Amino acid sequence: MSHEFEPTILAFVCNWCTFTAADLAGTSRMVQQPNLRMVRMMCTGMVDPKYIVKSLLSGADGVLVSGCHPGDCHYINGNYKARRRVKLLSEILPQFGIEKERVKLTWVGASEGNEFAATVNNFINEIRELGPMETRSMAVV
Amino acid sequence: MSRKIGVYVCHCGSNIAGKVDCPGVAEFAAGLKNVAVSRDYQFMCSDPGQEMIIKDIRDYGLDRVVVASCSPRLHEKTFQKACARGGLNPYLMQHCCIREHCSWTTADPEEATAKARRIVEGAVKRVADHQKLYSREVGVLPDVMVVGAGIAGIQAALDIAKSGHKVHLVEKSPSIGGHMAQFDKTFPTLDCAACISTPKMVAVSQEPNINLMTWSEVEEVTGFVGNYTVTVLRKPRYVNEDVCTGCGACLEKCPTKAISEFNEGLGFRKAIYRNSPQAVPSTPVIDGNACKKITKDKCGICQTICPTGAIDYGMKETREVFHVGSIVLATGYDTMDPTPMREYGFGRYDEVYTALQFERLNNAVGPTEGKIVMKNGRKPESVAIIHCVGSRDRNYHEYCSRTCCMYALKYDHLIKDKVGHDTMVYNFYIDMRCFGKGYEEFYRRVQEEGVTFIRGRPAEVVEEDGKLVVVGEDTLLGINVRLPVDMVILCTAMEPRPDATEVARVFGIAQGQDGFFLEEHPKLGPVSTATDGVFLAGTCQGPKDIPDAVSHASGGAAQALALAAKGTVSISPTTSWINPDICVGCRVCVGLCAYSAIEFDERRNVAVINEAMCKGCGSCAGYCPSGAAQIKHFNETQIFNEIDGLLGMIPGWLPPEAGGGEQARATAEQPGDQA
Repeated sequence: MSHEFEPTILAFVCNWCTFTAADLAGTSRMVQQPNLRMVRMMCTGMVDPKYIVKSLLSGADGVLVSGCHPGDCHYINGNYKARRRVKLLSEILPQFGIEKERVKLTWVGASEGNEFAATVNNFINEIRELGPMETRSMAVV
Repeated sequence: MSRKIGVYVCHCGSNIAGKVDCPGVAEFAAGLKNVAVSRDYQFMCSDPGQEMIIKDIRDYGLDRVVVASCSPRLHEKTFQKACARGGLNPYLMQHCCIREHCSWTTADPEEATAKARRIVEGAVKRVADHQKLYSREVGVLPDVMVVGAGIAGIQAALDIAKSGHKVHLVEKSPSIGGHMAQFDKTFPTLDCAACISTPKMVAVSQEPNINLMTWSEVEEVTGFVGNYTVTVLRKPRYVNEDVCTGCGACLEKCPTKAISEFNEGLGFRKAIYRNSPQAVPSTPVIDGNACKKITKDKCGICQTICPTGAIDYGMKETREVFHVGSIVLATGYDTMDPTPMREYGFGRYDEVYTALQFERLNNAVGPTEGKIVMKNGRKPESVAIIHCVGSRDRNYHEYCSRTCCMYALKYDHLIKDKVGHDTMVYNFYIDMRCFGKGYEEFYRRVQEEGVTFIRGRPAEVVEEDGKLVVVGEDTLLGINVRLPVDMVILCTAMEPRPDATEVARVFGIAQGQDGFFLEEHPKLGPVSTATDGVFLAGTCQGPKDIPDAVSHASGGAAQALALAAKGTVSISPTTSWINPDICVGCRVCVGLCAYSAIEFDERRNVAVINEAMCKGCGSCAGYCPSGAAQIKHFNETQIFNEIDGLLGMIPGWLPPEAGGGEQARATAEQPGDQA
């Protein structure tokens, strides 16, 4: 491809904290790079690791999972469950030739619009540095 | 699987159309699989916009709808209702956001348009697999709990009680009235605070529909909208409320003194005390940390003297459980402790007061019986009032506390009035913000009374020759000032209660960046919270003056009453479901469920969801190794489809004239095969 590599990022965000923060970033007109696409989940606790794997194999160069700060979960402790799952997944990914840096878990509270914009921009830059997801060409879904 | 999907792309005036090529996106959507009709329109949320959807559902026989406009948090319900009016199950609609997450945050129009196409494609793919869902109606318990009995809590409780509904009013301090009970006058009318709040406090105590619980705290809240179970911890008062007549004999004879919190540390109270002679309820409370009978088993005078035998040193804390339909939170604010701001000398110099301390100095039942005097008993000849102490200050609180300008003006007037018109009063301010009804007029009146206004936040307060010297800059004149005064008043910021985080956790609500409780929407939902059935009233949501707190409280009461009056509430059907044909009975989900909503059916060897208790968090679905557990409306196929749509074409998007459109349509076909 002639043009420079532009990563595609998929984000699974919780409805109560990070999705609200994304709204706030929007209403506050905080410019973000356009590479991120968001999937609204009710809680990061419902993010099945296979959603992340599926995203990476279907063309995402990075996956962001973002929810409420520890202790603030709308569903008591869903974010702790997400933390465990993402941690386990990132242990497994390298065995399949996928850099664990491609999956990131962050906490962004409902009022942290600026934090959301910064997280998005930083993660996009990190994945841009990392380069395209090579495994994709080999993957058979 | 063939569908008839209608896609509606909103311009939102220029909010979306300013960046995104809306007709282009609609045209793109028209080419996606299953799309029967695709339109763009100026304002989809408007009446003609919604009518357009309803008409198309009928004319084209649409069985799925996608609306691409603002955030679903804003208008998802609007469009769900429109679909329902058109005869389509509301859950067959997908609302996707191309405003907050796209047009408003993307700099380049072409990139924004490309992103909008992806978002729309994600929604179109997802909606194809949506299923009809039906919300359940559950009853709403008629009682309401109000937490906090300051002026906001009192107003909310009275409003609700007037409608005939029972209110449980929980207050953590020994008497009600909150901060307003500490004030002397209120701005700008100079009404005496007690004269307007005491009748309301008495009304609360006499209202048969209000169950007033002072010296109590909410310990645990369980349940869901319409059906909350609340556990209230009743701290030991050591005085039997039912027997005590409030005669006050015990207060006079108690030999033990402690620092009075109600007087902001400016005076003493007894170990058995009530906040003020007008306190409601008039029953005193024994300070368990100060009382010698309780700490050392000596004294016991109050028990001997009490004519009704109301004193009971052996009282233990008790717990009461209430079932309520909704909750109004009115837990209020605190004023900032200015001790860390060492430059202003609070705590080091005797004559530096906080605003609340000054309120007590002014109050007729305060430590000086309403006389504005220094600690040496003399009247101050000059007073400096420093505005914005801790407010509008990036080191402390960035926000404006909204009330300080006005109470500072009130102090200006009161000092001139009580101490004498020859008293010099200096205001150090950043901006004067007199925004309310009659406020600006009050500002002018105070100026005419000869008060000096100096624009600029002072650098420090120092002591020289027995006087306090305020050092600062008059930024309007551009000169440095050193002003010797007798007394300094710090207009300290309003801040969230120190236990706000704990309270937020108990009630399952969020806090904003400033620590105050977060409302559902700053403009459209200022009293509701993200938790259905929990409403906010007064300053726990943010700094407010009394009129604002009272109207906010009435708003909260109205919301709670709306629920109670209707008697039913519809519960979202987006709960979990475990497919018994797939479930292998591993029971992992049972342990994961934070709400104990999953039971194990021993006979069939499968896990079963109790829908009434399931909140749809998806902890079970995210882990279920066999994929038997699925969240309705967020199931695996729907999410997979959305992922496919969002990733449709990557990475270089080509405009349709360059063949991109064809490519898009080709890609659009693929995931169908995959699924």
